[in-house]
Amino acid sequence: MMSELRELYQEVILDHNKRPRNFRKLEGANRTAEGYNPLCGDQFTVYLRLEGDVIRDVGFVGSGCAISKASASLMTDSVKGKTAVEAELLFDKVHSMLTEEHKDEANLDELGKLAVLSGVWEFPARVKCASLAWHTLGTALRGDGETVSTE
Amino acid sequence: MTTLHRGAVTRWNLAPPQFDVWRIREDFPILKQTIHGKPLVYLDNAATSQKPQIVIDTISRYYATENANVHRGIHALSERATQAYEGARETVRQFLTAADTREIIFVRGTTEAINLVAQSYGRTFLTAGDEIVISAMEHHSNIVPWQILCEQVGARLQVIPFNHNGELLLDEYARLLNERTKFVSVVHVSNALGTINPVKDIIEMAHRRGIPVLIDGAQAAPHLPVNVQELDCDFYAFSGHKVCGPTGIGVLYGKADLLKRMPPYQSGGDMISVVTFEKTHYNTLPYKFEAGTPNIAGVIGLGAAINYVQAIGLARIAAYETELLAYATAAIEGIPGLRLIGTAQEKAGVVSFVLDCTHPHDIGTILDREGVAIRAGHHCAMPVMQRFGVPATARASFAFYNTAEEIDALVRAIHTVRKVFG
Repeated sequence: MMSELRELYQEVILDHNKRPRNFRKLEGANRTAEGYNPLCGDQFTVYLRLEGDVIRDVGFVGSGCAISKASASLMTDSVKGKTAVEAELLFDKVHSMLTEEHKDEANLDELGKLAVLSGVWEFPARVKCASLAWHTLGTALRGDGETVSTE
Repeated sequence: MTTLHRGAVTRWNLAPPQFDVWRIREDFPILKQTIHGKPLVYLDNAATSQKPQIVIDTISRYYATENANVHRGIHALSERATQAYEGARETVRQFLTAADTREIIFVRGTTEAINLVAQSYGRTFLTAGDEIVISAMEHHSNIVPWQILCEQVGARLQVIPFNHNGELLLDEYARLLNERTKFVSVVHVSNALGTINPVKDIIEMAHRRGIPVLIDGAQAAPHLPVNVQELDCDFYAFSGHKVCGPTGIGVLYGKADLLKRMPPYQSGGDMISVVTFEKTHYNTLPYKFEAGTPNIAGVIGLGAAINYVQAIGLARIAAYETELLAYATAAIEGIPGLRLIGTAQEKAGVVSFVLDCTHPHDIGTILDREGVAIRAGHHCAMPVMQRFGVPATARASFAFYNTAEEIDALVRAIHTVRKVFG
């Protein structure tokens, strides 16, 4: 039992939970969106600074379980410098990793550090936790969330 | 035969000697399974209780041998079904010590019971400027129906606060009652904190001003003897599935003189006596409030469940669960970094807690892998979470079929959480 739990709660995840990266309200953000999981109360705000189509900087604040917080933290690290389209494509891959058994290790390699979340698929109740920040990022990118003034 | 703990006799082993939890557990087939390779430790009883074989068999036998619509047919099966259905109403009357079976209305659950009162009583008797008093530890189902009513009639909601232990402040309650107060609706036992509220006092204080009171008994009916005449409440609501009965069935008790003055909540078949296109005459109590074909199997299953728990005895159940709670509280309090949420003097078998190192959702996942089923989240009581400044809690809630060994398993599993997050 401990091995499956270790698979879910890998050191990297525990580390990102304890010391989340980019965990700040981003000064100069021009896009923001709020993500909320009403079932468990997880709640995050994602801030973006978009230059043209490129994510120049990203930050997040909020509270949630280890899985949601670590996922948000890892996400911010991995989308910096990517275009909006690249970030959405990355989420598609992450989502597949969270919901399907991984038969092809090569696909996981492609995801780099994000692959530490591959244990989630064994815990269907936790998929929502791991994808909350990504959905929030999507909302911010599409601009259908609240748009922050850049003044 | 030890009762609470099968192993060495402990100082907690104080339950009445005739309370044989191991014998009782035999009645619950679901408890015999393993989860992730570990024996199931079901500690999510505040969410729903498990069902004894007799309830499962009664429902199955009803469908196999008695199934027919009630109050209609003149054939034998319909008569049998009607007898079983109305027999269950008498069982519920005795369970609540109500004066009359006409005061027992079958509904889907506590939520529907409260909605019925808010819409039928509330929309008829409350107007703009009136006030409704609830408490700060209500389940959303005893908040939202009143908020909707307030919007409909222009009434206002007032909230009784509670202290850091999770005990209602009756002085504050007394201050909230005034000539504008037209209804009080308060939870008997808090699902998130376990607090047993002094509802008799709460009712008495409201009645001194002629204000009717509804008691949400969803968490009380499974764990305490309830006597609605002694409480003198005007309405009492509970759900069948938390008292070892099936889902989708619950009870609204209401004083007959109030129910008579209230209009129907839903309309259709069974709730009428004569229908013409000019005018419809409503049926008498309780049928006025039971429109359409009811949940017959659910009612009969609930009757079997109540007979089952009454055979054990609610007073004995309460005494045993008090021992379980004391055992669990003592065992859990010693865990480093653990904070209990809800420490009222008068408490039912609910242990709500947070860990400094771990979010409740992660606690829930790890405990599940150890076979221990608890609830993690806001327990449909978000204002309670806000009051304690936590986003959520982990909650273990006990029933009379739980054992001290299961609480030991819970404690071991919490230590596993601390190991993973260490």
